[in-house]
Amino acid sequence: MPDIYIPIVGKDSSNGTPIPPGSSRIVIDPLTRIEGHLRIEANVEAGKVTDAWSASTMFRGIETILKGRDPREAWLFTQRICGVCTTVHAISSVRAVEDALGITIPDNARLVRNLLEAAQFVQDHVIHFFHLHALDWVDVVSALGADPAQTSALARSISPWPNSSPEYFSGVRSRLQGLVDSGQLSLFANGYWGHPAYILPAEGNLLAVAHYLEALDWQREFIKFHALLGGKNPHPQTYLVGGMAIPVNPAGNRAINPQVIAQLRGLISMATDFVTQVYIPDLKLIASFYKDWANYGAGVGNFLSYGDFPSSGNDPNSYWLPRGVIFDGNIGVPSQPLDQQQIKEFVTRSWYSYSAGDSNGLHPSVGETQPTYTGPQPPYDNLNVDGKYSWLKAPRYNGNPMEVGPLARMLVAYTNGHERVRALVNEMLGALGLGPEALISTLGRVAARGIETSLVVEQMGTWVDQLEANMNSGNLAIHNGALWDPSTWPATASGWGTTEAPRGALGHWVNIANGKIENYQTVVATTWNGSPRDAAGLPGPFEAALIGTPIADPARPVEILRTIHAFDPCMACSVHLVDARGKPLGIGVTVH
Amino acid sequence: MIPADYPNSKVVLGLGNLLLGDEGFGIHAIQYLQVRGSEQFPVEWVDGGVLGLNLLPLVEECSHLLVLDAVDAGQAGGALVEMAKDEIPLYNGMKMSEHQVGFQEVLAVARFRGRYPTYLHMIGVQSVNLSPGTQLSPAVMAALPAVYQRATIILKGWFT
Repeated sequence: MPDIYIPIVGKDSSNGTPIPPGSSRIVIDPLTRIEGHLRIEANVEAGKVTDAWSASTMFRGIETILKGRDPREAWLFTQRICGVCTTVHAISSVRAVEDALGITIPDNARLVRNLLEAAQFVQDHVIHFFHLHALDWVDVVSALGADPAQTSALARSISPWPNSSPEYFSGVRSRLQGLVDSGQLSLFANGYWGHPAYILPAEGNLLAVAHYLEALDWQREFIKFHALLGGKNPHPQTYLVGGMAIPVNPAGNRAINPQVIAQLRGLISMATDFVTQVYIPDLKLIASFYKDWANYGAGVGNFLSYGDFPSSGNDPNSYWLPRGVIFDGNIGVPSQPLDQQQIKEFVTRSWYSYSAGDSNGLHPSVGETQPTYTGPQPPYDNLNVDGKYSWLKAPRYNGNPMEVGPLARMLVAYTNGHERVRALVNEMLGALGLGPEALISTLGRVAARGIETSLVVEQMGTWVDQLEANMNSGNLAIHNGALWDPSTWPATASGWGTTEAPRGALGHWVNIANGKIENYQTVVATTWNGSPRDAAGLPGPFEAALIGTPIADPARPVEILRTIHAFDPCMACSVHLVDARGKPLGIGVTVH
Repeated sequence: MIPADYPNSKVVLGLGNLLLGDEGFGIHAIQYLQVRGSEQFPVEWVDGGVLGLNLLPLVEECSHLLVLDAVDAGQAGGALVEMAKDEIPLYNGMKMSEHQVGFQEVLAVARFRGRYPTYLHMIGVQSVNLSPGTQLSPAVMAALPAVYQRATIILKGWFT
């Protein structure tokens, strides 16, 4: 098994691509865990990134497991692909099968799916900001030097959130001090604390650390939203091809009833308070110090959104967040319609081979996953980035690398005149004193995620209202079983199902033959964003976004983390692994 | 999710990715143990998958936690690797991993917040094959009775 746990920050290139004179090569491996592990190699010259390569160094071919299975149970497997994306993989899967078989869903199923997915957006975005991304901007150790009274004054100047007394911040500081005094920073260990790129004042850092901890309490409560609609098991259990498997019954006990409606409203209210009084004020505060980052990380400038949250059935034309594509950063005109036939995956620079040759892309419906590893045997210093160098394929739209995620969604909605999106975008830009051009940047991605959270949390109540209205009018249907029996299916059928996952466009393609899955392909958000170069040599969004990034200290490249984490690469796939390396057990326990 | 006020604070938690061969050991194990042990032991049996921070409420709200997971300890396939509370590394000591929400980070967060389980024990099994598939390799499958035996001893200790 490759030793995937050793981070390498070095300059050597003993078996990789030659590094140009005057440059140094930074390698970060692993950067995050996503379908395997994300590795970034970057050339740095005169304090700036001049070129970069994004590579996934662990193969996963999960689609092969689905061949020959009943398409109605595919979602049970796909929701296991990733621990943070359970809901969105389930929705994409049932939608793909529904599309293949021409199944329509009742209105209540639409609403419950919208609510489950919206809750996932809100939870994931808050967790991403405070737990996966904030430490790229917030210096935990600096927080120890904060004055609690001044922190309190700062907190009260930006928000009415009640936990804001000097005593409160003093307590948080003491807890942090205790951690430092214990000699190990535990979960805050090995950060780049004290790095000159951290410019928040100590009080801002303490405020953010306090909210890092509070967000965990908030999350503990908010995830009950999924339990109410998805069942008690930690994994959602209520998806079903043709609708949902949770009854709507005003008199039912284990059903969506008036009590559940009230609980949903309570959780939405709690989430609204946290988003508007903690997340957004903190985001604006931090962003106000890091406005420079509107100049970095522009990336490919092309954006793709499948759109989501139908207002009617699963009609893409009714999506509340619209579907569309944008090219060359042109946000002055409406986005163009999306034609899924234009999606092709390339393996020219990926460790796969296609039966018809590696220079042409394949549409996911005829996708092939034939691994062909040509990379170096570990341990190695550098990849040969002139050849194949990643386990990620390179999805392209009409030949173009496309960015997906909150920024793509907000821009597609913005250019289509979505009134609420335009209002929230303009409000955020006004607060930061920036123009719309600032959106296409690392800072813009952070801001877009916050804008989207505000947007979604305030919309959720509308769907609860509609669910309640249906219930009160006796419209209780939540599953369409007309085509449940495989004997009603055609001999062959194919379909695609999409969602917008919190981190971006997610597509599943299914071919069904004689009642069984014949082929199944997924194209996930981080494959779009983290893709390697393609047949034309065009870099993927991560790679393009890193070019021009300033690097103050190549041995501590926090700036690279800022730009990559701003995309929210998916990381929980390998979440359960225990690494006991170096611990006094007498054995080198590394956990894959 | 487990409700915040659920009555039982003793939890057996299986972790792993069901789709990656032996990485799904913890999930297979929880099913194996629950079938055999649920009458004897009034504990909560939880298939935690790879849910990461979503498991924090569960960890913070239990007094007793037994974790079942796949490990790579460089041992023969199917070998048991156990860690008692203080032996479980809370942090794996590599750069950048403060951004990775592994189960160890879940434990570290719980500890930092002062809500660490009083009793914590992990039973790991050396994995052999992590390639895509929903079956355990024969050596790991064969370890299930031994895991059950060890788990039984741990659980008996909880109830005496």
